[in-house]
Amino acid sequence: MRFRETALPVLVVAAALAVLWYLAAIALNWQVVANTLARSGQHFGTWDILAGTLGYNRPLLPAPHQILDELWRSTVPLPVTSRRSLVLHGWITLEAALVGFGLGVAAGVLAAVAIVHIRALERSLMPWIIASQAIPVLALAPIVIVALGTLGLEGLLPKALIAAYLCFFPVAIAMTKGLNAPDLLARDLMRTYSASRAQVFWKLRVPSSLPFLFAGLKIAAAGAVVGAIVAELPTGAQAGLGARLLSGSYYGQTLQIWAALLAAAMLSATLVGLLAATERLVNRRMGVRA
Amino acid sequence: MATIEARGLSLTYRTEDGPVHALSDVSLTVASGEFVSLIGPSGCGKTTLLRVIADLEKPTGGTVRVNGVTPEEARLRRDYGYVFQAPALLPWRRIESNVTLPLEVMGVSRAERRARAQRQLEMVGLGGFGRKFPWQLSGGMQQRASIARALAFDPALLLMDEPFGALDEIVRDHLNEQLLALWARTQKTVVFVTHSIPEAVFLSTRIVVMSPRPGRITDVVPCDLGPQRPLEIRETPEFLRIAQRVREGLRAGHSYEV
Repeated sequence: MRFRETALPVLVVAAALAVLWYLAAIALNWQVVANTLARSGQHFGTWDILAGTLGYNRPLLPAPHQILDELWRSTVPLPVTSRRSLVLHGWITLEAALVGFGLGVAAGVLAAVAIVHIRALERSLMPWIIASQAIPVLALAPIVIVALGTLGLEGLLPKALIAAYLCFFPVAIAMTKGLNAPDLLARDLMRTYSASRAQVFWKLRVPSSLPFLFAGLKIAAAGAVVGAIVAELPTGAQAGLGARLLSGSYYGQTLQIWAALLAAAMLSATLVGLLAATERLVNRRMGVRA
Repeated sequence: MATIEARGLSLTYRTEDGPVHALSDVSLTVASGEFVSLIGPSGCGKTTLLRVIADLEKPTGGTVRVNGVTPEEARLRRDYGYVFQAPALLPWRRIESNVTLPLEVMGVSRAERRARAQRQLEMVGLGGFGRKFPWQLSGGMQQRASIARALAFDPALLLMDEPFGALDEIVRDHLNEQLLALWARTQKTVVFVTHSIPEAVFLSTRIVVMSPRPGRITDVVPCDLGPQRPLEIRETPEFLRIAQRVREGLRAGHSYEV
């Protein structure tokens, strides 16, 4: 029952995607493989091309099993300290993403609390918060990284700041909405108790805001990983998943690119999954109807 | 001694379509231990009057004294137990912690909170339901929980704004009986807003009839049916006579012009 409701739909979609992917890999790699075989001077047939499209070492679009194989080879058999280990690079990115997530969430929550309590801030601060998101992170990241680099700040912190920049917005917006969620009735009720502002905040606004906060956190978690990766690109790609993406594209290593992409996706999915699990725990404690 | 003393109250809202006179020259005295109902059609200012008494709304004219102080002072010293039309239970708190919410705000110790919540829940017939979440209770039970919450801190005044308006008639009859028993036991002063004539006559010691545009008092009907009121009292001539007078008062206020 549970399997049919939860896992089955996901597996069906995954299977459909895999089929489409294989077809696309065959179509996209066909010409390259055919040319290569022709240059080798050997005799070859359609089946040889077909097999080649799914096993070529520098394909335009690698087949799923090739990516999984690359992912395996760059994690399990390698020591984590190896320069080729995706575990090493994944950890470097994750570290920056997590620090950035913490900073961004803290800043977003603080901004929301300030906006909710100081009426004037809503009008003065909100336009800036929204404007900040109109700047593409791809344009901002190199400026920030280079500027901080000249100040001697390198490594984790500049990357974390870019990740934080992407986390801040969804959390600030969601939290502002959540803290303002209690209806007039509930606020009137607290007023008849002559509750203090702090009591209204902790007993009414904060519990009301949690569903909104979790929605914001999930967007922020995915954003943090993207931010950390983007921030790894401008510095000439020393380490991190961003570095693997960049060096992969320098040298036409599509397998390496796709393996790094998949690793990044798995990082994001894990973070979002952890948040979803936390949300379920919180919901259970708060009596949310299953 | 007068618990509530309102003199020449008026409240005018400024709207884009011009001023709306929610209350116009309303004077009312409620003595300690009385059960006073405010009755009238929508827009007659009965809820507004209750909100002014509770300091949820500021009048634009006139004065109110509650136990000798202003409504704001009375609110700050926690004189009001207010029951809204909706139960307004916080969905993330169990029933018992909803009842202890005002006690938490007022700094009552944990043990005392729990004891009082248990007592109040038993008084409204919800003894075994403290660990439930609000959504697990029926509408009538939720409203009883909200009454328990209003009584938990033993307020001087119980203000009720159409507390049973959203419930079906069978539940409403039942809760009316329970409320009457509760009132007899606690001797609280109650101001009760309703638009049901039988409900007002059944519960009250006095009925204040109001009419809209502008919101004003058109009649005050004494309702001396005595403390013992079984549901059957609603068939007695005395009951019907009072109900008739209330109905006439409502009609005199042109409240049913459409």
